[in-house]
Amino acid sequence: MDTSPPDPQLSALYQELILDHYRRPRNKGTLEQATHTVSLNNPLCGDEIDLQLRVDDDIIKEVRFIGRGCSISQAAASMMTQLLKDKSLPQALALADRMSAMMQGDEGAARDKTLGELRALAGVSKFPVRIKCALLPWNALTDAIKS
Amino acid sequence: MLDVARLRADFPLLAQQENGRPLVYLDNAATTQKPQAVLDAITDYYRTTNANVHRGAYDLAIRATEAYEAARATLAAFVNAWAPEGVVFTRGTTEAINLVAGSYGRANVKAGDSVVVTAMDHHSNLVPWQILCQEKGATLRMVEITEDGRIDLADFGRALERRPKIVAFPYVSNALGTVNPAGQLTTLAHAAGAVAVVDGAQSTPHLNVDVQALDCDFYALSGHKMLGPMGSGALVAKPELLDAMPPYHGGGEMISRVWDDHSTYNKIPHKFEAGTPNVEGAVGLAAAITYLERIGRERIAEHEQALAAAAIEKLTQIEGVTVYGPRGRSDRAGVVSFTYGDIHPHDIATILDQDGICIRAGHHCAQPLMRRLNVAATARASFYLYNGLDEVDALAGALVKAGALFGYVPA
Repeated sequence: MDTSPPDPQLSALYQELILDHYRRPRNKGTLEQATHTVSLNNPLCGDEIDLQLRVDDDIIKEVRFIGRGCSISQAAASMMTQLLKDKSLPQALALADRMSAMMQGDEGAARDKTLGELRALAGVSKFPVRIKCALLPWNALTDAIKS
Repeated sequence: MLDVARLRADFPLLAQQENGRPLVYLDNAATTQKPQAVLDAITDYYRTTNANVHRGAYDLAIRATEAYEAARATLAAFVNAWAPEGVVFTRGTTEAINLVAGSYGRANVKAGDSVVVTAMDHHSNLVPWQILCQEKGATLRMVEITEDGRIDLADFGRALERRPKIVAFPYVSNALGTVNPAGQLTTLAHAAGAVAVVDGAQSTPHLNVDVQALDCDFYALSGHKMLGPMGSGALVAKPELLDAMPPYHGGGEMISRVWDDHSTYNKIPHKFEAGTPNVEGAVGLAAAITYLERIGRERIAEHEQALAAAAIEKLTQIEGVTVYGPRGRSDRAGVVSFTYGDIHPHDIATILDQDGICIRAGHHCAQPLMRRLNVAATARASFYLYNGLDEVDALAGALVKAGALFGYVPA
């Protein structure tokens, strides 16, 4: 049986923090008084997210999500909800752009402290087929704000 | 077991490495690799025989037409079709089923009628019937599956009480590997006055298929899942049904005479083959059939059953792994669907890929089935004649590594 150590790129992909968000997602649930609600899924792999925001005077006051999917999509959603609280809508869209840049392999974005714990997902850029997983909640956010 | 080392030498792609490891290709239910004989047949066709078929008066065009029609005869013999003209070349199973729904279905299903499918059907044997039923105001009835992943025959019987016009089911489930009693289901469908449409995408590559023995009415298959080229496939049907059906696509080749405002149509199968057909696909598929017949489908089926049995045994020894589908060896093809604790199948597939192991993760185009299994997705290993027991070991070993990486602790 193969007992070689796991590939370093894999270890970077599945680090502790990501698995923790996957297994104990923050802000999971629904909002009573949501101002923005959006459901998005990836038809190729079946990952799903229902995202709800309560926005007051252009500021995101509360965020909740319900999701089903892989560790990357669910950890990204959990981390995103933490980051968005009290951000303005333009700030939230700017973060979505930074996240997207990090997924394209932009090293500046991967060091950008404004992305908070999401920087743990920088390793996803090495796995092109998984980038859509990390961006699913962000695409839902962009849809929610622009709709 | 087959002599895998010798067979693998026939498949150039299998000599490749993936991520620095020998390629372990276990996604054969999605598509299969191609032997050199198929690649050569396609190249030879273009080097020596290429011309448009059924049109030219010159010798080259006649040879191209002969090659195309010879491929039809080869496929007809392979599945024991009622007649070569009962074989309509299509892009694959999906197009073949859409042809039946769009032509036979639209001509025969009316408001208030019902069409029966099963909860283990691939989307390609479900969505065309949804579209038909929505258009006609007909009812689509989905037959349930049992706990162990078989068609629920009691529910199948209840669905037939409505005397449906069409009953559609898979011979082999792409997601569970279940080999359904296709002949029995067809007999029951006929007794209820329905025609039987069999999705043969997963059975034709692996079983000794005899459509006349099954006595089904329509049988759909794909070439690329049986060593042939992508974009090749066929609808095999009872000629008298095809004769009575309206055309599906309009265009060249399918017509007899064309006036300003109407046309008459060609004989079958040409009535259903509008436009220039995929001749290289047909020729390549015929070469694939020759290759498969040289090995023998009984031997291939036995080999795959042995691999599936070994995989089930190895995987179920890993704590936290759940294997779906029937446990019997005889009514199960070489498809093993599983989940591993809370490790999502996509994550499993990514981790296995680093070891050069290709498996499928997802809903397998069977979302209604996934809901019944109460999972969003499964991981699926599917075997073919060129897979060996060492690859089953590699799969199990890589899964153990995935568990370690995820810090998987059995509940």
